[in-house]
Amino acid sequence: MSKLNSNIPEGSLAEKWTKHKSKIPLVSPANKRQIDVIVVGTGLAGSSAAASLAELGYNVKAFCFQDSPRRAHSIAAQGGINAAKNYQNDGDSTFRLFYDTIKGGDYRSREANVHRLAEVSASIIDQCVAQGVPFAREYGGLLDNRSFGGVQVSRTFYAKGQTGQQLLLGAYSALSRQVAKGRVELLSRHEMVELVVVDGKSRGIIARNLVTGELERHSAHAVILCTGGYGNVFYLSTNAMGSNVTAAWKAHRKGAYIANPCFTQIHPTCIPVSGDSQSKLTLMSESLRNDGRIWVPKNAEDALAIREGKMKPTDLSEENRDYYLERRYPAFGNLVPRDVASRAAKERCDAGFGINKTGEAVYLDFSSAIKRFGTEAAHVKGIKTPSEDEIKRLGEKIVESKYGNLFQMYEKITAQNPYKTPMMIYPAVHYTMGGVWVDYNLMTTVPGLFALGEANFSDHGANRLGASALMQGLADGYFVAPYTVGTYLSQDITTGKISTDSPEFDEAESTARNRMEGFLNSKGNTPVEVFHRDLGKIMWSQCGMARNSEGLKKAIADIRILRDKFYSDVKVLGKIDEMNPELDKAGRVADFLELGELMCMDALAREESCGGHFREEFQSKEGEAVRKDDEFAFVAAWEFTENDPGKSKLHKEELTFENVELNTRSYK
Amino acid sequence: MNFTINVWRQNGPKERGGIATYKVSNISDDMSFLEMIDVLNEQLIIQDIEPVVFDHDCREGICGMCSMFINGEAHGPGRGVTTCQLHMREFKDGDTITIEPFRAKAFPIIKDLMVDRGSFDRIIQAGGYVSVNTSGNLPDANATPIEKQDADAAFDAATCIGCGACVATCKNASAMLFTSAKVSQLSLLPQGKIEASERVMNMVKQMDLEGFGNCTNTGACEVECPKGISIENIARMNREYLSASITSK
Repeated sequence: MSKLNSNIPEGSLAEKWTKHKSKIPLVSPANKRQIDVIVVGTGLAGSSAAASLAELGYNVKAFCFQDSPRRAHSIAAQGGINAAKNYQNDGDSTFRLFYDTIKGGDYRSREANVHRLAEVSASIIDQCVAQGVPFAREYGGLLDNRSFGGVQVSRTFYAKGQTGQQLLLGAYSALSRQVAKGRVELLSRHEMVELVVVDGKSRGIIARNLVTGELERHSAHAVILCTGGYGNVFYLSTNAMGSNVTAAWKAHRKGAYIANPCFTQIHPTCIPVSGDSQSKLTLMSESLRNDGRIWVPKNAEDALAIREGKMKPTDLSEENRDYYLERRYPAFGNLVPRDVASRAAKERCDAGFGINKTGEAVYLDFSSAIKRFGTEAAHVKGIKTPSEDEIKRLGEKIVESKYGNLFQMYEKITAQNPYKTPMMIYPAVHYTMGGVWVDYNLMTTVPGLFALGEANFSDHGANRLGASALMQGLADGYFVAPYTVGTYLSQDITTGKISTDSPEFDEAESTARNRMEGFLNSKGNTPVEVFHRDLGKIMWSQCGMARNSEGLKKAIADIRILRDKFYSDVKVLGKIDEMNPELDKAGRVADFLELGELMCMDALAREESCGGHFREEFQSKEGEAVRKDDEFAFVAAWEFTENDPGKSKLHKEELTFENVELNTRSYK
Repeated sequence: MNFTINVWRQNGPKERGGIATYKVSNISDDMSFLEMIDVLNEQLIIQDIEPVVFDHDCREGICGMCSMFINGEAHGPGRGVTTCQLHMREFKDGDTITIEPFRAKAFPIIKDLMVDRGSFDRIIQAGGYVSVNTSGNLPDANATPIEKQDADAAFDAATCIGCGACVATCKNASAMLFTSAKVSQLSLLPQGKIEASERVMNMVKQMDLEGFGNCTNTGACEVECPKGISIENIARMNREYLSASITSK
């Protein structure tokens, strides 16, 4: 009955991928030229997949809603990319990267997929260097590494605070080379608005040309979704304004299951919300936690005085500060995984120790690091008794060389100088581990439809470790999909061109058109943005860092009311056959309004706490997450039924762990 | 804070455009410039006026999509910022702010403040890459050490976000800063050196074909570049171009 077959190959964990690759059927070069592939999205996963498939000889069409593939939001990733190169000789290995990722994900990911990710990670770095990606280097000319949360080795490769930008521009250059050769047709300012399924197979998409408004039909033998995550369901997130779930949701409505949608990552170090008209939140890289110390005042009166502007953080002496991460988690301290750090910040703020006007902020303080670096630098310079000012000056210089661009970014947004006063930070929605369900071959429950990168659910379980998103996007696009998509296409060599002149394309196009006309004809009074903001408030308060049964049930009811109101009262001006960004936004928000309900249902059904999913009913006396492996060691894959997200049907894929022991995650 | 906004409205590439004037109120100084436009647009929708179309996406200064010419400057007042990183505290209550699109022959207007920068993509397609296919069998990443100084200089050039502020600022609408940043990045690295001559010839040719102007060394591009890309890159490209044109077959 269930379509969930993960198709994990036989054999020992370390041999699965190699054996699988050597056995899969191939497509001859002549046949590849007869086969069309659509790639939706041009971030790390999309650009790398489109380039690699085109190099192999397939005819590729690449779609992005931005004006250029280079704008995709992978570009904003700051900190780095993990790879098990063990250049630092600090005990890293493929198995350790695999193990850290499984543990970091709180034992809710698939062993075989994660091991493959760790296996190909080293090739990613080789590939990127060969493309001319300027990673940070040491004076000897070799590549430099740094450390990230939840691990005890240095395996993160980086390019200052712009690693995502450099990797994406690398993939974009590979893609551009194929565009120049005519192997890839690039359709920018195009948005996928429907999936076309013919005889049970994914055979194309309907895309809206965002400049002319025209609905276009594009057919292919396979469709690959590389459309990123759905963090914008919370309205405020670190995602780009245009990031949306529409392509994945349309696929969901056509039969692709969505897995673990409630697994969202709240990143602990973001710039706090400042006002009601704020449109997005800005991340401060996790790398800052290498040297910054997180604290709130020990006494609630001091916190109040700071909130009221009667006291400055620098007035508080050491003994009146609570470095709560160091206190609670001495082994990992400020470098605990993201979910743990975020929850601890929320716990302190809820208890009344928050330090900005809204009461929702904690300090990230570099004064200790400045002092430590300054003392070291003075020592190196042979200054025997440096003055405090001297230490500060020397220390600030070193902090600047490590984090200068991030400090500058912080100052631009907040108008505060983080060298002089501690940064204020608060957790914000950042990444979604959940996504379209895929098997080992990254194929969804719709044959011929694949999902790569953040759009799928497969590798990060209930919590993603820092610097692993870039790794997964490029692993999927460069090194997995070119094999596994080929396997699927090997059955299609005699199919011939797929016609767009079919009832299925007619139906998909008219569905898309009717929906858009519905928004325009609603003639309501409320702009789209208002609904999005309201949805975000529901999601953040009930399905954010902490969830409980009562709140989730209320959220489901509230979202259904909001959705009804949206369809009766939304106000969209303009016409369908023209450029109309408000109309595009209405379509995206409509899909978020359905996804939000499904996320709450998923969170309600998962009666345990694990990773980013924290159910208040399931916690230890110390407030740590309590996982229930006997009942919930499964992937929750949801099937869309009866044209109502509330009627979605749950399918379970049991997770089996043969190579790691399920332990309580401890960072103490 | 309250502002008077003069903004360029143009319905399509071939239609006649002009300045429209709107009032916008209740703006806080913590808002970014684009959030101020969001507020303006919400007000316009309620008044049955079509919202102002503008490009934007990441809103953290890295995607390069936002592109306004504000009070006569690309990305507005302030150095080293994109429009999305510009905050309303940079303006005074009651100010009149004039917003136009990036103007250049090679950046045709699509609608209002939105322009077509596809010419930049085509310059990259002409050679802004290393010709290497995806392969799991490439040399180890540490097989070729690269001098830190060169790696850092390549990185600095590679931080260009492709926004087009250089073109919009240049009196000749030249794309030399953009093109030279990519040429420099790749020619500084051993992986990119092999195709350096061919690359610079092809990219410059495409730049000219797109209708960008020439460089007359005024340096305005460098001043307005939100990422501080140096005009040293232009000098390096000129050198590469000269040596390539002498040695080309």
